[in-house]
Amino acid sequence: MTRARALLRSFLPFLVGLPILVVLEAVTPPDFSLILVSVGVNVILAVSLNVVNGFTGQFSLGHAGFMAVGAYTAAKLTTALAGVELPFLPQVLSDQIFFALALSAAMAAAALAGVLVGMPSLRLRGDYLAIVTLGFGEIIRSVIENLKALGQATGLSGLPARTNLVWVGISVIATVVMAYRLATSTQGRALFAIREDEIAAEAMGVDTTGYKVRAFVISAAYAGLAGALISHAILLATPRMFTFVRSIEVVVMVVLGGLGSITGSVVAAALLTVALELLREFQAYRMVVYALLLIALMLLRPQGIFGTRELWNLALFRRLFRSPRLAAAATSGASPTEIRDDSTTGGAV
Amino acid sequence: MSDAGPILEVKDLRVHYGAIEALRGISLEVSDGQVVALIGANGAGKTTTLRAVSRMLRPSGGQVRFRGEDVTRLPSHAVVARGMAHAPEGRGIFLNLSVRENLDLGAYLRRDRAGIASDVERAYTLFPILAERRAQVAGTLSGGEQQMLAVARAMMSRPKLMLLDEPSLGLAPQVVERIFGVLREVNASGVALLLVEQNAHKALQLAHRAYVLETGTVVMQGTGRELLASPEVRKAYLGE
Repeated sequence: MTRARALLRSFLPFLVGLPILVVLEAVTPPDFSLILVSVGVNVILAVSLNVVNGFTGQFSLGHAGFMAVGAYTAAKLTTALAGVELPFLPQVLSDQIFFALALSAAMAAAALAGVLVGMPSLRLRGDYLAIVTLGFGEIIRSVIENLKALGQATGLSGLPARTNLVWVGISVIATVVMAYRLATSTQGRALFAIREDEIAAEAMGVDTTGYKVRAFVISAAYAGLAGALISHAILLATPRMFTFVRSIEVVVMVVLGGLGSITGSVVAAALLTVALELLREFQAYRMVVYALLLIALMLLRPQGIFGTRELWNLALFRRLFRSPRLAAAATSGASPTEIRDDSTTGGAV
Repeated sequence: MSDAGPILEVKDLRVHYGAIEALRGISLEVSDGQVVALIGANGAGKTTTLRAVSRMLRPSGGQVRFRGEDVTRLPSHAVVARGMAHAPEGRGIFLNLSVRENLDLGAYLRRDRAGIASDVERAYTLFPILAERRAQVAGTLSGGEQQMLAVARAMMSRPKLMLLDEPSLGLAPQVVERIFGVLREVNASGVALLLVEQNAHKALQLAHRAYVLETGTVVMQGTGRELLASPEVRKAYLGE
């Protein structure tokens, strides 16, 4: 595949998605719109956490912490710039430009937090990493609870309403495209190698610590994006939105969908969000529901709904959308990882 | 090919596991294109020496020079990039990946697709059984096949020096013959080998030079033939 075609492949989803999203935003009633926003936000969270927990096999429990960093960074920016108008532009448009800026800043801040946490902690493995990341999430939360500038326990309220279905949709597409491109690249192959056997990966010349930090930083940036989006939809950023229960929720989505499967993360995030919305009266029992779900999953289908497979590797999908590239990728069989795309095999990237 | 100058020089290498000194100052040399064997009893420090050389563990003292460059402080993956491949004890292959994917990962640092493809074919020629099993998950291979895969994968990085830890461990005599036959071929193609072996007889037959390790020090060294003939070695390691 040539470079131009690869680029087109990445942009095509945006080109197709944008008009649909604009229409969707125009016709969706507000109540329903909020549910769609939280579906989208959870998809972003699950797909990005999957890069660390699924692709790389590192167990992170700190996703809510990065969300908080993104949410507060964006909230501070949008409130500060709420009245400001860019010259020669209508208010609405300049608000949107500032929001784009705030989203980028949220991603950058969360990525920075990812570097700070990742550098020391990714030398640890398994349980230790989970504990360190969990601790980090709680540290972020208690720092916020004690900072006057961030509104302490009450948080920041009265944020300008900037999130809409177009922003959320574009962010979801960006996250999925990122994950897909990563999974099919040499970098992705390095991450899978780390997941399979870290010592062997190092012996193959993979800079294991370097790649783990990179995966962690990418994942954190998208969590920051999700945090910024949700806080500008419910017009609120409080420490209570980013407790470790939130991190667990995302982990449940990833495990439910299948560690390593992008499709799985998307489907599980959407299903769980909608299910919880329908069971609103039983909110108090949500941790019980998660526990039961996980137990049932471990008994019935320990690899998750999709295992490590993807929609585009399933037979039915291929029959519907027959493309020579996918068909070629399929002939090498359904091995347990995605490292099978012969067109990029051998480090062509 | 044997006297082309050292590709690997190890000087006074020391390794501690906690308070225990596993290597008490090991010095050895591998010349370009040579086969060098490390033999010795269990716990003598053979595997530890290999791991310290490839930087899988951190030496507490001494120096490792590879192709004239001090690599003692480099991370393991950087040493691989300089042309050293380590086929670790217990084979260290990716059990959940197919044979072909294992080979591809062996070439992880290379970018020449055509060269990689031809090297995969070469590996299949050297080990026809791997060609048969190319789409099979490596965990389903027999011990001997896994060992062949480990050697084949190590070659995929086109190393100048290959470290082999117990390539004959737990294998049937016929399979051991086959592995050593291939090692001879690999060496003939210009790759130097540093070989750790329990099977001292086989190792000494193949080796240009050999070192005998005992409790973390080199107690004897010489050409493979000299050591094979030495009464002490025959008594201690060849069971005579």
